[in-house]
Amino acid sequence: MITTPKVSRRAFVIGSAAVGSGLALGLKVPFGPGVVRAQDGTPEINAWVVIRPDDTVVVRVARSEMGQGTITGLAQMVAEELECDWSKVTTEYPTPGQSVKRKRVWGDFSTGGSRGIRMSHEYVRQGGAVARTMLVQAAANAWGVPAGECSAASSVITHKPTGRTVSYGKVAEAAAKLTPPDKVPLKDPKDWKLIGKSMKRLDTLPKVTGAQVYGFDLRLPGMLTATIKDCPVFGGTVKSFDADKVKGMPGVRHVLPVGASAVAVVADTYWEAKTALDALPIVWDEGPHAKVSSATIADVLKEGLGAPQAFVNNKNGDAPAAIAAAAKKVEAVYGYPFQNHATMEPMNATARYTPDRCEVWVPTQNGEAAFAATLAASGLPADKCEVYKINLGGGFGRRGAFHDYVTQAVLLAKQLPGIPVKLLWSREEDMLHGKYHPVMQAKVTGGLDASGNLTGLHLRLSGQSILTAVFPQMLQNGMDFLTFQGLHASGDFAIGYTVPNLLIDHAMRNTHVPPGFWRGVNINQNAIFLECFMDELAHAAGQDPLEFRRKLMASHPKHLAVLNAVADRAGWGKPAPPGVYRGLAQMKAFASYVAACAEISVAGGNKVKVHRIVCATDPGYAVNPAQIERQIAGSFVYGLSALFMEECTVKDGRIEQTNFDTYDSMRIAQMPKVESIIMPSGGFWGGVGEPTICVAAPAVLNAFFAATGRRIRTVPLKHHGLTLV
Amino acid sequence: MARFTVNGKSVDVKVNPSMPLLWAIREHVGLTGTKYGCGIAACGACTVHLDGAAVRSCVVPVAAAEGRQVTTIEGLAPGGALHKVQQAWLDHEVPQCGYCQAGMIMAVAALLKDKPRPTDQDIDATITNICRCGTFQQVREAIHAAAKA
Repeated sequence: MITTPKVSRRAFVIGSAAVGSGLALGLKVPFGPGVVRAQDGTPEINAWVVIRPDDTVVVRVARSEMGQGTITGLAQMVAEELECDWSKVTTEYPTPGQSVKRKRVWGDFSTGGSRGIRMSHEYVRQGGAVARTMLVQAAANAWGVPAGECSAASSVITHKPTGRTVSYGKVAEAAAKLTPPDKVPLKDPKDWKLIGKSMKRLDTLPKVTGAQVYGFDLRLPGMLTATIKDCPVFGGTVKSFDADKVKGMPGVRHVLPVGASAVAVVADTYWEAKTALDALPIVWDEGPHAKVSSATIADVLKEGLGAPQAFVNNKNGDAPAAIAAAAKKVEAVYGYPFQNHATMEPMNATARYTPDRCEVWVPTQNGEAAFAATLAASGLPADKCEVYKINLGGGFGRRGAFHDYVTQAVLLAKQLPGIPVKLLWSREEDMLHGKYHPVMQAKVTGGLDASGNLTGLHLRLSGQSILTAVFPQMLQNGMDFLTFQGLHASGDFAIGYTVPNLLIDHAMRNTHVPPGFWRGVNINQNAIFLECFMDELAHAAGQDPLEFRRKLMASHPKHLAVLNAVADRAGWGKPAPPGVYRGLAQMKAFASYVAACAEISVAGGNKVKVHRIVCATDPGYAVNPAQIERQIAGSFVYGLSALFMEECTVKDGRIEQTNFDTYDSMRIAQMPKVESIIMPSGGFWGGVGEPTICVAAPAVLNAFFAATGRRIRTVPLKHHGLTLV
Repeated sequence: MARFTVNGKSVDVKVNPSMPLLWAIREHVGLTGTKYGCGIAACGACTVHLDGAAVRSCVVPVAAAEGRQVTTIEGLAPGGALHKVQQAWLDHEVPQCGYCQAGMIMAVAALLKDKPRPTDQDIDATITNICRCGTFQQVREAIHAAAKA
């Protein structure tokens, strides 16, 4: 079952006020010289590290584990500074309710944007360092010696002059009573012993025995199970439903409206609920969007490609003039579709409501956002709500900013006070009510001089803005800067080329289909638009695609370094095996530099085999290389599935694909050999989970052109008669 | 209503015979290691063994299990031990989110029973489970390791 983080009677919480005060939020952490008592009387100083008398170290992790390995990586960072015995490290999640009570001592819970480690490395290492300092001080106090004469390693403190030793567990209680130091110097990266090592994940065993509890598996005493249908047309509502038709069916307890747009059947079991829901007559008011189709949306976007008004994000020189004056003009229009996350575990949440308390158990990428949804739906204040995070059966962005399933579960539970209600979505509901990868088109125009040098580039985006739909407060004078990920002039998503005349702008064209953050977010399409067009320009200029890029990358040495690394490893410029063709792509995303070289062959003109992808990433620091390799290979599965197989098409205002039969995903037979080059150059912290996803597709598309002479400019490739074999 | 054996124990579930075996296992027998992913036998998350053969339990009516032996991830290895496939999964750190892995492991265990030393082609033809995290590179490594174990 689910464990709610609690401090055992014999455990002590150690940490540092500096940890909290280091947060961007600037909140004062309510822990000073006095000892704060946990509910069980345990003295607490702060919240990051719990040490039990048997030397077990419990590291509290606010970010969510969804397979990307973040709990292991974050624990490595705490343990690095704590100098504890790694074999005794375990982790647990604090709850958002506890975080609120402690004025957000654990910082941001949000687990998306490849932020897990890169945005919290400093304060979690401080948490470990402060705890170590206090443990050493406690031992020194007990021995009556200066702390400076003591050292700590592998959970043992040694008084160097006398050789006396004591383990962390023995001094934990005394340490917890000490005043935490404000700030402790962190180790120089060259002295790291755990960070940078491929430590084994802490969460593998229960995933191979079937013991791990996901949201779908939760059981609570007296619990009922519900399943739901929301109006299939976004923006529609429920006109009526005939509960009497299904109330007598086996196991059915309730048929209830959920908000204005959904109906749920609550039953003893899921299967009974689903059987009844399938039989329930529901009349929808499909609302104003019932006529919208993929074709009508495409027309709107197409108009934006030439529209006079657009948000300008990256501009230097005069691109239109340079292109007009160019010796050779190259133009291409690309398109990228709606795609669903399709996490293996469909959306779900469990809620129990009474007028005095509302509790939610949910697999979420952001406990605090789930908490906010709980407050809003329950109408209760923060001190009467709690959210218990459950490990996720996949996230990919669907479970971060959006907690529609939490809202639904609470609205159901409010109608059944005191009864835990587990709301499970069917796969069909999950497919019909996603927060989809935004739909986007791009017209890219380039000008080459007589020598084949790129003199001007205009990349016009036309399509959806995620921020407008989700976080409008983050728009900058109406502009959605996220739309330009990978194309910015500088920063975490900086373009890697210097073009004398450059214009990158966005004609925002929003649709009624709700967009969301989908692994990699806007780099998926932007990498195709930019990197496939670079390939087109190189061929138009009669130049090698690598050499063509290199000339534009002199001022972007880190972009160039990863590109060179994949080219060298793949043997770019040397003959490939017979029938095998290569393609390149590079990008900077989420502060990491990434590049790929794909090797493919094409049989019969339409059967594409991706043999190998060499990928390089410079994430600044590589905390756990084995897990980075897995994220790279995994991101390619997600990215290549999207490239070849996945589109959510719209007809009559609703999504047409309802399951994996029409929304396919790559299988092992289609998996290329992925070779990873992890080349951290230090001095910055880049993300891992997302950046590499974007280079697989353009590298494969460019290799496809090399193999066939055919340019494919719209995704997915199944629409072009191509299959991945 | 159906009587069958799950992981060596006889069970008697009083449900509609058309209920998929998946839901009988999860909601009536109470073993939740077997996962729901699609309900149409497309993804393989629900894979269990029926008389030793891998089946996608989301489309097998519970009536079809009558009198037969069902093995789930919880019963793959007796007495809390790890089956060699599970051990290989642990050694090679295959799972990411883990949700599809029980089905993947059950499919692989059945494959190894049929073909103790499968080739890559055997793996490609037989292991068709979906993994959205994309663990396939480690899955393949671990299958070969388990075959040698």
